[in-house]
Amino acid sequence: MTQTPCLAAVATGLHADYTTVLLFLLFGIFFGNLALGIARLVRPRKPGGEKEVTYECGELPSGSSWVRFNIRFYLVALFFIVFDVEVIFLYPWAVVFRPLSEAAGSLVFVEMAMFLGILALGLAYVWIKGDLDWVKSLARRNGPEVGGE
Amino acid sequence: MQVMTDLFARIFGDGLSPVGLLVAGGLTMALIMALVMASCAIVFTWAERKVAGFIQSRYGPMRVGRWHGVLQPVADMVKILGKEDIVPRDADKPLFLLAPFVIFIGSLMAWAAIPFAPGFIAADLDLGLFYIFAVSSAATIGILMAGWASNNKWSLYGAARGAAQAVSYEIPLALACIPVVMITGSLNMNDIVVAQQGGIWRWHFLHDPFLFVAFLLYFVASIAEVNRGPFDLPETESELVAGYHTEYTGMRFAFFFLAEYANLFLVSCVATAVFLGGWQPLFGPVFLPGLVFVIKAVLLVLLQMWLRWTLPRLRVDQLMHVCWKVMVPLALVCVLGAGIWMLATGQAG
Repeated sequence: MTQTPCLAAVATGLHADYTTVLLFLLFGIFFGNLALGIARLVRPRKPGGEKEVTYECGELPSGSSWVRFNIRFYLVALFFIVFDVEVIFLYPWAVVFRPLSEAAGSLVFVEMAMFLGILALGLAYVWIKGDLDWVKSLARRNGPEVGGE
Repeated sequence: MQVMTDLFARIFGDGLSPVGLLVAGGLTMALIMALVMASCAIVFTWAERKVAGFIQSRYGPMRVGRWHGVLQPVADMVKILGKEDIVPRDADKPLFLLAPFVIFIGSLMAWAAIPFAPGFIAADLDLGLFYIFAVSSAATIGILMAGWASNNKWSLYGAARGAAQAVSYEIPLALACIPVVMITGSLNMNDIVVAQQGGIWRWHFLHDPFLFVAFLLYFVASIAEVNRGPFDLPETESELVAGYHTEYTGMRFAFFFLAEYANLFLVSCVATAVFLGGWQPLFGPVFLPGLVFVIKAVLLVLLQMWLRWTLPRLRVDQLMHVCWKVMVPLALVCVLGAGIWMLATGQAG
């Protein structure tokens, strides 16, 4: 055995599976480059001309497309962050749910129910405020009875 | 992984150190998974066109190959190989070139934790399910990179929609799997499948009514997650040309396509492992586990194709409406309901 015992221990012990993940990453980079390399040998290469112009229905593009985003996508991203963090908290709880509630009873469940309840309250708040509607101002103008759709 | 390292140990005897064995085994598994992805693209592009054909009362591909155009994907591949690789003059070149890699590698890495058969899993991670969600959401970054770097208005709209949609539907997707984690007490994909041993009534989707709803939620959210009809708003060919990959040609375009079909199969594999018993057969002892697993996953893929070609596309406001006002509250109810069910039936507490 030529490797140092330390490296061998790392590779075959606890981290063996995560080493595989790293190998997958490296192989992905290699495989992608291989496929592109093969294509490079086969394909024609005549750059220049109109084919390098950005496609915009066959017309010359009017201005850059690096413009500001629609605010709605931004709001969606905000909601997403809040709920994603919530999901991250839920996962460790779900793993220990059964053994822990055998030890501590239904308190384990009640605690998570309270946490989810607070979040559900937040969701209800943005719902009533109309932030979940695609066109918020339209929902307000049409009144609450049409606002949901 | 264990299968591969054992195989290499048998071939090389003492010639390879443990590290060498691990690297050889890992790279072999990576190669196998890359081939699985490639065969997904080959089989499912053909199958999808045939399914679409039957649904629309026509034949689909019939010419290439002797029987029902079976060699059509090969012809497509040859054609894609011969296509020129164009980078638009105004594009952000480094990002433009990197984006297909991000999408492809994100998909490939997720395959590392799919349990095809007992022992046949590349990385038997304790965090398996969580890892799959984490890695496969890298596709969102790839979509955003591709759309932004193209400097094309269609691409930008497609990318913004794609990112908003993917992040929205990730919430019900991840929430729907939590009841299963509560039952098995593990995120390890192998453990989740083994917990469903003993016939169809032990499979998680029939565990209780909340789990059944959770399975449906997962299925719908996963279709949205891989951006396929009726949730294919990021690429809507009728309004956004081709969405975020409008400017891509040749092999780089092929990466997007490859990742799309590989992800289609990936989410079906996860659904199979988490809700539908993985490699466990309908009844009786385990036999041909890999085949059972693949059959279940392929049936789910066919179901997704059926939905794509029968349902009309959602409008973008309906899309967000369904996610935030229907699926997220329903998923929260499922998590709480599954907990109450477990406490009430004495499975916990």
